[in-house]
Amino acid sequence: MRPLAQSETFMTVAAPLTVGVLAVALWEIACRSFNVPIFLFPKPSDIAATLASDWPTLLAALGMTLRIALQAFFAAIVIGTLIAFLFVQSRAIEMSFFPYAVLLQVTPIVAIAPLIIILVKNTQVALTVCATVVALFPIISNTTLGLRSVDPGLVNLFRMSRAGRMQTLWRLRIPSALPYFFGGLRISSGLALIGAVVAEFVAGTGGRSAGLAYEILQSGFQLDIPRMFAALFLITLAGVGLFTIMVGLSKLALGAWHESEVGADA
Amino acid sequence: MLAPNTALSAKADKQAGAGAPVVEILSADKVFPDGTRALATIDLTVASNEFLTLIGPSGCGKSTLLKLIANLLEPTEGRILWWSGGFDKVGARGRSIAFVFQDPTLMPWARVEANVRLPLDLARMSAAQSRRRVADALSRVGLEGFARHYPRQLSGGMKMRVSIARSLVVEPNLLLMDEPFGALDEFTRNRLDADLVRLWWERKLTTVFVTHSIYEAVFLSTRVIIMGAQPGRICKVMAIDEPHPRDESFRNSPRFAEHCRALSALLTEVSVEQMRS
Repeated sequence: MRPLAQSETFMTVAAPLTVGVLAVALWEIACRSFNVPIFLFPKPSDIAATLASDWPTLLAALGMTLRIALQAFFAAIVIGTLIAFLFVQSRAIEMSFFPYAVLLQVTPIVAIAPLIIILVKNTQVALTVCATVVALFPIISNTTLGLRSVDPGLVNLFRMSRAGRMQTLWRLRIPSALPYFFGGLRISSGLALIGAVVAEFVAGTGGRSAGLAYEILQSGFQLDIPRMFAALFLITLAGVGLFTIMVGLSKLALGAWHESEVGADA
Repeated sequence: MLAPNTALSAKADKQAGAGAPVVEILSADKVFPDGTRALATIDLTVASNEFLTLIGPSGCGKSTLLKLIANLLEPTEGRILWWSGGFDKVGARGRSIAFVFQDPTLMPWARVEANVRLPLDLARMSAAQSRRRVADALSRVGLEGFARHYPRQLSGGMKMRVSIARSLVVEPNLLLMDEPFGALDEFTRNRLDADLVRLWWERKLTTVFVTHSIYEAVFLSTRVIIMGAQPGRICKVMAIDEPHPRDESFRNSPRFAEHCRALSALLTEVSVEQMRS
């Protein structure tokens, strides 16, 4: 048997975990020994205590933010993929519309969020639209690139076998595009969450539909810094969770064949 | 020789067996849109059951000629006739051409069996029938045990075998190969050459093969076309009149060395003529 420290899986989990635990411990010790006031920089234990006591409100807020992020993510997948398919139909379409897709990417969401929130009556929908705008571009550009990145030899082979347009699409273009598409998903899932949080900040929605951004804003006003950190921690956790799910999906779909997912020992 | 223009005469030609034309290139040339003259006017008949090799320096239009035969390119002038008429007149039943590319060109996401089955799937052949053909093609190239593997799990030579198996499943009237073993090491190439010539013999294939290698051309061919460059054209034709099936003993025979020397001399002659002009 190999020593545990040499095992690949053990290292990928244990090494970062050790760093994390050490950092948190150091943080706790530093705060205690320098007597840092809680409203300036709370100890990890304070944050944990807040997380435990405010759990119901924070969980509801997390649910709200996640809901908007996921809605936006799915909308971005559907719209982005459709646009990508449209783009690869003809160069003319891509040339005419791609600059506007770039416009979508380079305009800061904070700048257009107020406009969207004014234009769209329902706040939930407005927030989802904002997050979708942020998450859309990676899906469009990656899927378009993927659908175009087809082995020219295989294109010739399909032509010689008299493959129809649909056969070429299903059997050649879509499988070729999958690695790029999943790359787009990874970026886009994180962006959807960021978009949702930023939009909430701008909208400042409270009450029953309050998300984590609102919790952070409120905590700031009330100088409840541990709560602020707790909300921040939950956002980070959600982002990491989304990313992990995307990595898992990508491994599931590409694991058997694509270089990016095939381990060194395969 | 006149081209068989009607379906009737074509059928008669096909039944005539060995030597009947499979494809005829009638005064065809190729000028690319940028003005490059890739091929001068070419006349060439590929007879059934022959192993025809195109050899020549880089840029002599070997691959272009092969792509014209495959109908992957259109000739600028002239015509290319299939045994039952022009390409435009022939339906799916009339001809089946298989093309083996320089690279294995396999779908990385599909297992070996799915890669081999692809042409049959595209032609919507029934599962039962295609399963039998795939198994047969895989055993012919010696890959029975690798049906469930992915291409990345195979060596370069094995990938090329998969590519050949894929070309065999359609039971082609004409097998076109564009330097298929060019990227392989010499041992693998020799072994694949020996397998190919055995397959060609057993299945009575008609093959047009492009290569840079004199040894490969002599070992495989019944007829070698020596091409010159600028523009690409047919310079010499050499028959390799040796019995089949050929194996390693032929490769080591004095006859083999003699043919190689003769072919090499012809190639030198062509390149000297080229230098003068």
